[in-house]
Amino acid sequence: MNYERIKEKLEILADAAKYDVSCSSRGSKRQNKNKGLGDSSGMGICHSYTEDGRCVSLLKILLTNVCIFDCAYCVTRKSNDIKRAGFTVQEVVDLTINFYRRNYIEGLFLSSGIFTSPDATMERLIRVAKKLRLEENFNGYIHLKSIPGASDELMQEAGLYADRLSVNIEIPTKEGLKLLAPDKDHKDFIQPMKAVKNAIDLYKSEKEIIKSTPIYAPAGQSTQMIVGATGESDRDIMYSANFFYNKFQMKRVYYSGYIPVADDSRLPAIGTEVPMMRENRLYQTDWLLRFYGFDVREILNEHHQNLDMDIDPKLSWALRNLDQFPIDINRAEKRMLARIPGVGMKSVGKILSARRYRKLGWDHLKAIGISMNRSKYFITCSSREFESRDLTPIQIKSQILLSGSSKYSKNFTNQLSLF
Amino acid sequence: MERVLQYDGSFDGLLTTIFTIYQHKIKSPIIQAPAQQQSSIFGTAHEVITEPEKAHRVLKRMNELSTPQDMREFYKAFLSEVIGIENTLFQYCQQTFEAGKAPSGDYGNSIILKISQAAKMVGREKHRMEAFIRFHLIEDDLYYANCEPDFNVLPLIASHFKNRYADQKWVIYDLKRDFGISYDLHEVVEVTINFKDPRSQRGIVNTGGLKESRFRESENNYRDLWNQYFKSTNIESRKNMKLHLQHVPRRYWKYLSEKVA
Repeated sequence: MNYERIKEKLEILADAAKYDVSCSSRGSKRQNKNKGLGDSSGMGICHSYTEDGRCVSLLKILLTNVCIFDCAYCVTRKSNDIKRAGFTVQEVVDLTINFYRRNYIEGLFLSSGIFTSPDATMERLIRVAKKLRLEENFNGYIHLKSIPGASDELMQEAGLYADRLSVNIEIPTKEGLKLLAPDKDHKDFIQPMKAVKNAIDLYKSEKEIIKSTPIYAPAGQSTQMIVGATGESDRDIMYSANFFYNKFQMKRVYYSGYIPVADDSRLPAIGTEVPMMRENRLYQTDWLLRFYGFDVREILNEHHQNLDMDIDPKLSWALRNLDQFPIDINRAEKRMLARIPGVGMKSVGKILSARRYRKLGWDHLKAIGISMNRSKYFITCSSREFESRDLTPIQIKSQILLSGSSKYSKNFTNQLSLF
Repeated sequence: MERVLQYDGSFDGLLTTIFTIYQHKIKSPIIQAPAQQQSSIFGTAHEVITEPEKAHRVLKRMNELSTPQDMREFYKAFLSEVIGIENTLFQYCQQTFEAGKAPSGDYGNSIILKISQAAKMVGREKHRMEAFIRFHLIEDDLYYANCEPDFNVLPLIASHFKNRYADQKWVIYDLKRDFGISYDLHEVVEVTINFKDPRSQRGIVNTGGLKESRFRESENNYRDLWNQYFKSTNIESRKNMKLHLQHVPRRYWKYLSEKVA
């Protein structure tokens, strides 16, 4: 193996794949079998973290960064003058196996530029996965990128070897997509998603009858949207995400703050700051939808089109709905406990469990690990005091902001910092 | 009067001690592990000899009164090696025997809370070791890794690595506690290694240039490729070292292949 050349390819093709923010490697059901290599039946593991703080769990690379398309937001677009490279199927297999054996990674995330046609590209990705599974007896995690425009037959095959499939919708609105990716059609993204969803449903129902039915994409599918490249609102983004969750039973939707990679009048200029705060708030909202039982319309609607940047979306919702509070810690049902600002799902579980033994007061709640700083305005418990008596939403908000030390608070102070 | 009971630091040893406390109806026992043993000015020290049979009787009774989840937490808390945890664990047993049932999930109870917090710390490090163990191919077919976890987590990670690396021989060594676990394609056993080097120079550390290390060439190449990958996958314009350090505390760096100086 020509090691120096591989290293150079890795430099180019890992660099080009890094804008894909998907990193999950959990939720599969692939157990180690026949004393082979790897197991992806448990939780995914972040084996390292980049200096920007993102999880490294998979070897995330492009098969090639040669691409016939010219999407404005993409670093690999054909008109961009960059070094091009491509891995052979065997090279990707060797890297994956050898990294996995040293416990560097959970598996492979393989994407690609579209080098001839969508089908030819998809076919090559499948060959890598197939080789890993059939020749190397590899049971680690494999995430394959679906190539927009790939045929239904290939999507069918891909799911037999991959744990997860994903196609990035990239731009949350159709209009935005038309503007920035003139070569691509909205339906080219939707079609593979549909094919995968149908196949998942089909294999699942068959497995109920015939046990030997192979597993198909056991970790489901996901997608990603770029945030802040076109002028969409948070409501546009989250309604679009909600559509994918409901319509295609997506396991995850990722939000990727746009990192300027091109001088293009249609896009924010190079050097524009990455909207990290906004990205963070979108993920918090996503969590509220998936784990906390919120409906997207409660958080974003016509009156409230964008998320607050200075407070988290649950607190923001609570302040707009003070009539639903205070919530009695010792009596409220799970659904309402989950709506208290500063109380996470783990704490909800602990409250439910602990209150079977005794009535809980402030001290208990503090000891359990609840962030009293935010929650105290919204709850009653067996202690007598109650903090939010007659406070207006604005008063509560300012008291919380004063007492908290959010890592982002420097972005919101009116104080001039001269030194 | 307080009685100080010294045990050998093993799980069976602790359970034997608890048996002994009940057997001799000791009123205010203080249980000490070897590392923290010092004579108490209040009590007389008594050395407990580990007896597996007594230990199993206590364990059996605890299992009957607890959920598997409770017992996992109990064992994890024990592995935390937190000073005084033995006494908390004893009090937990006491409460369980008295009530005829383990107080599962009674987080308003300080004993339960302490155990659950200790178990949580251990659980976090267990997970970190599953993540941060870095194997090196040191012989034709043997992968070696060493670590220095804050808590004694090797007993907890053995099955994870056994499931995952079913087809390769490996050794994971705890340099701090001087024992390791070894898998020979069939089962995992505990091992100790007679290192030639003095204590502070043992194992594989990531200092110095790659080329000077004792590895064969292919091993250096894979470490180097991994380093390249680690660098290339970073996005400079999003750099956030505070977050990075939160995830990868500095104390783990010296054994992380991607952190070669």
